Amino acid sequence: MSEAVKSVTTDTFDNVVLQSQNLVMVDFWATWCGPCKIIAPVVEELAREYEGRVTFAKVNTDENPDLASRFNIRGIPTLIFFKDGKILDQVVGAVPKAQLKSKIDSLLG
Amino acid sequence: MLYDVVIIGGGPAGLTAGLYTARARLKCLLIEKGLSGGQVATTEWIENYPGFDEGISGPELAQRMERHARRFDLEIINGTVVDVRLDGKIKEIVLDGDKLYKSKTVIISTGASPKSLDIRGEREFRGKGVSYCATCDGAFFSGERVAVVGGGDSALEEGLFLTRFAEVVYVIHRRDQFRAAKITQERARSNPKVEFILETVVEEIEGEETVRALRLRNVRTGERSRLDVKGVFIYIGYRPNTDLFRGSLALDEDGYIITDDWMATSVPGVFAAGDVRSKALKQIATAVGDGAISAVSAERYIEENF
Repeated sequence: MSEAVKSVTTDTFDNVVLQSQNLVMVDFWATWCGPCKIIAPVVEELAREYEGRVTFAKVNTDENPDLASRFNIRGIPTLIFFKDGKILDQVVGAVPKAQLKSKIDSLLG
Repeated sequence: MLYDVVIIGGGPAGLTAGLYTARARLKCLLIEKGLSGGQVATTEWIENYPGFDEGISGPELAQRMERHARRFDLEIINGTVVDVRLDGKIKEIVLDGDKLYKSKTVIISTGASPKSLDIRGEREFRGKGVSYCATCDGAFFSGERVAVVGGGDSALEEGLFLTRFAEVVYVIHRRDQFRAAKITQERARSNPKVEFILETVVEEIEGEETVRALRLRNVRTGERSRLDVKGVFIYIGYRPNTDLFRGSLALDEDGYIITDDWMATSVPGVFAAGDVRSKALKQIATAVGDGAISAVSAERYIEENF
């Protein structure tokens, strides 16, 4: 596992995601989810490309069901963008990398 | 670089075509836009594929098929095809990002995708209670009431899968008869968590943050009602992934590619295999057969024309 995408849990979520100064993209995923396996390497690549500008995190929904229900996750992969502790946007499903890049670029302003 | 065969789509048909062409030592490339295995990769359990007498999970079968093709050195890349030029003797395939591949033959195995209901709330609540993949999203509905829309094998099989999590699974179907296999119908009828709502269509999906209810209409009586559910799984059939080929290949009235018994399309050197093809039965077993035939056809075509 690369450290470019931080694995966060119920205990570390607020600190890593909500209190970050950066734009944060959180990937909600689980081991049994096929489309999650498509998006994971894309998120890894984005994490390297946007290093320092955007924080990338992932939440295993099986191990952290309270986070899944806190953010109303009803399907995975769900990617949620946070800034200053607030949800800016979210994307559901394995979408192409180009689409994620343009979303990130527009959120970075 | 000129390929002998470029295969578009890495489900059972494409992976089998790739296995055969790679084993025939043709210069072959398979382009997959998502996850190898296609629809198989998101199917929970498969029990009618010969050789797996105790059944096999969809993701495992998909991985095995990919591994099998790679064993003969099939080159597989991830990418989305955005344009094709099939008319010339040398076919051209353009990928997202403008990368161009040239090939003597093309095998199209792009499959089919789930149809949408095209009703209010469907797009808005995608991933917020609206799903096309019970195996992906079912676990988020533990102890909840959910609905499945449709009457075919997928609808009933996925509905049965959802009973592992949900308290009640309503199966909403616009007819009073199911198209699903008899054995699946029997299992659904004898499952205490499954309730049938027949001759009924969904007119709207309601919610706030997430799905809360469905607006239903009985097609026989015209009576309208409201059903409280947290999730709705839509399995009303499939649409062929042939948008790229409209205008360049002969398609049937539903958009599936027309082929002969050798999987040849209306354009020489272009073959089609699997669910994307106009045919009587769409199963993994038939997709695999199509894939093998298309590979042999492509090989013959190259021998005769190059």
